[in-house]
Amino acid sequence: MKTGRKVIGLLLCAAMLVGAAGCNGGTSAGSKSPAAVSAGGESQTGSAEKKSGGTVTVGFSQVGAESDWRTANSESMKGTFTDANGFKLIFDDAQQKQENQITAIRNFIQQEVDYIVLAPVTETGWDTVLQEAKDADIPVIIVDRMVNVKDDSLYTAWVGSNFRAEGDKAVAWMEDFFKSKGRDKDTINIVDIQGTIGASAQIGRTEALEAGVKKNSNWKLVAQQTGEFTQAKGQEVMESVLKQHSNIDVVYCENDNEAFGAIDAIKAAGKKVGTDKGEIMVLSFDSTKAGLNKVLSGEIALDTECNPLHGPRVQNIIEKLKKNGNVDKKAYVDEKMFAADDTVKSVSAGTGKFDVTVVTQDVIKGRAY
Amino acid sequence: MAETKPSVWKKITSNRLFLPVVCLLVVLLINVIRTPAFFQISIRNGVLYGYIVDVVNRASELVILAVGMTLVTAASGGQDISVGAVMAVAAAVCCQILSGGKVTTNAFQNPLLLAIVAALAASALCGAFNGFLVARLKIQPMVATLILFTAGRGIAQLVTQGQITYVRVGTYQVIGGYIASCPIPTPIFIAIGTALLVYLVLNKTALGLSIESVGINGSASRLVGLNSTMIQFLTYVLCGLLAGVAGIVASSRIYSADANNIGLNLEMDAILAVALGGNFLGGGKFSLMGSVIGAFTIQALTTTLYAMNVSGDQLPVYKAIAVVIIVTLQSPVFQEFLKARKVRRRRTAEGGSCG
Repeated sequence: MKTGRKVIGLLLCAAMLVGAAGCNGGTSAGSKSPAAVSAGGESQTGSAEKKSGGTVTVGFSQVGAESDWRTANSESMKGTFTDANGFKLIFDDAQQKQENQITAIRNFIQQEVDYIVLAPVTETGWDTVLQEAKDADIPVIIVDRMVNVKDDSLYTAWVGSNFRAEGDKAVAWMEDFFKSKGRDKDTINIVDIQGTIGASAQIGRTEALEAGVKKNSNWKLVAQQTGEFTQAKGQEVMESVLKQHSNIDVVYCENDNEAFGAIDAIKAAGKKVGTDKGEIMVLSFDSTKAGLNKVLSGEIALDTECNPLHGPRVQNIIEKLKKNGNVDKKAYVDEKMFAADDTVKSVSAGTGKFDVTVVTQDVIKGRAY
Repeated sequence: MAETKPSVWKKITSNRLFLPVVCLLVVLLINVIRTPAFFQISIRNGVLYGYIVDVVNRASELVILAVGMTLVTAASGGQDISVGAVMAVAAAVCCQILSGGKVTTNAFQNPLLLAIVAALAASALCGAFNGFLVARLKIQPMVATLILFTAGRGIAQLVTQGQITYVRVGTYQVIGGYIASCPIPTPIFIAIGTALLVYLVLNKTALGLSIESVGINGSASRLVGLNSTMIQFLTYVLCGLLAGVAGIVASSRIYSADANNIGLNLEMDAILAVALGGNFLGGGKFSLMGSVIGAFTIQALTTTLYAMNVSGDQLPVYKAIAVVIIVTLQSPVFQEFLKARKVRRRRTAEGGSCG
């Protein structure tokens, strides 16, 4: 009886495994085969044409489609590397799985693409497959998140956001804003709702705020807690912070979702969001459409952009590489700042001067994400 | 007086709810010292306001999940680890129907009742799937529910087409907010209502006894005429259904379906709540009340750490330390040790006169 059950259990497990493997293989083959077939044909003509200076084939391995930001990122790539621009783009959606990305890169190598663009799901575990790409003499351009490899010659360049600079800009805006309101001597109580601890966006944005607090002796960081980049946690954390401190001036949320939660919590506690004295000013990052709508209604005072439109920057690098030019190892995308009013018109932080855009209905309409 | 006192004391300490309650009190006691404002309750903005209100309010989803988890544990001697993912499925179905397939909506595209019924049906279906695997095919609960644990969020992503679906309608926010001018948050009513309903059903019918009996010895129960398979199956359906309720509450709080994050890691908290409630995770006898207290303890711990302003990167460490202490206090081996020590001390006290 007992062994019988064991055998059945084993059989079931085996069946499940086979089923799962079959499923996986099925979907990946299903989603990949059309690309592979068409690309296989194209890449041959592509490499033939390349010799005559024609179409450039680019293989892009994307993480997935988990947010508006990611979708905009994919659209930017698809919009840049069009046939009309002289490119052939092979797009692969990895559905949040590193193994899918590794498979995709190996496929790209087999198809002899000219360039590989990778938006990695995690930082580690890329050494082997990137070495294969290097051996095949295909330049790899990393976008968005960084890869952590022993030998940094395994990738040609990286394009993404400068999270520290985003934070520095927001901090500089705050300094200027309080100065113009004559509050640069007042005590400013700041709450930091951090992102998921350890995420590069959290590290850069938190560092910038902490540096700002160190620099401005009248700023006080009264609470610092992670909201894990989600609305629910942002709300829960703010709910708790509001009970400890009755005189909060600024809430520094490290993404839009946290800001939505924090705003709900502030309102539920009977406080007002806004930029006047006695109100709570909400700062946010990312500048999604939903976030900018909150800027328009005055609930978020400043939303610093995290730009997903990497396409043009990557194209720029490829053009340079084609001419055998040298490229910078790191390239940052331009990122804007969106404010509810024009109290501060531009800020200077770190490397340069940045204009502050006042959000209007037209600004939101003109945005891709 | 001196004679009755120990017996009353013994009655209290031997109650199976004694330790869970003590643990909750200990967590709360830390606040008396560290943050005295913890127990202040005031009316602000027309609603109840205070840390304690937060604890009870935020624990609602966990209470609902813990009730379901208790039943599953009792009947099958295993846990349903898919409840967090099932929450996401229910939230996704609910919001997607309300928004009519769009990413964001300012008005219901379909009736609220239809969306809720569909969401609960979807979650009950998930529960039925788990129940079928466990009760009928006799797959170990952990393995069987692992399938939906991994696939559930994928299903939710498929339903929402990978986006966060927003339902910006005041009526929807009532479930996770407040009913009209009632000062008590709605989730509290839902949690208490659910726990009470399940409690009554279990105790007014033979179901509670049947579940315990199946959990203790399934074959023996079958021999006395209980349909063990059916009872186990039902507990999983109920657990799925309750996860759906929790999912709707969680999604209403943020008026959206965030398939990646709703109920994330909550299944582990639910299992912990059952364990903290003094329930044996191997099945058999159970106490719903214990699990509910366990759920409140976990949320009280989280809120306490927020109130003490423990920084984000250290939060899990403190939580782990507290859990280790609480679980050790309740472990049978530790209790045996305490009992043995007490006996030994009494013996040495008595033995002093003897020899």
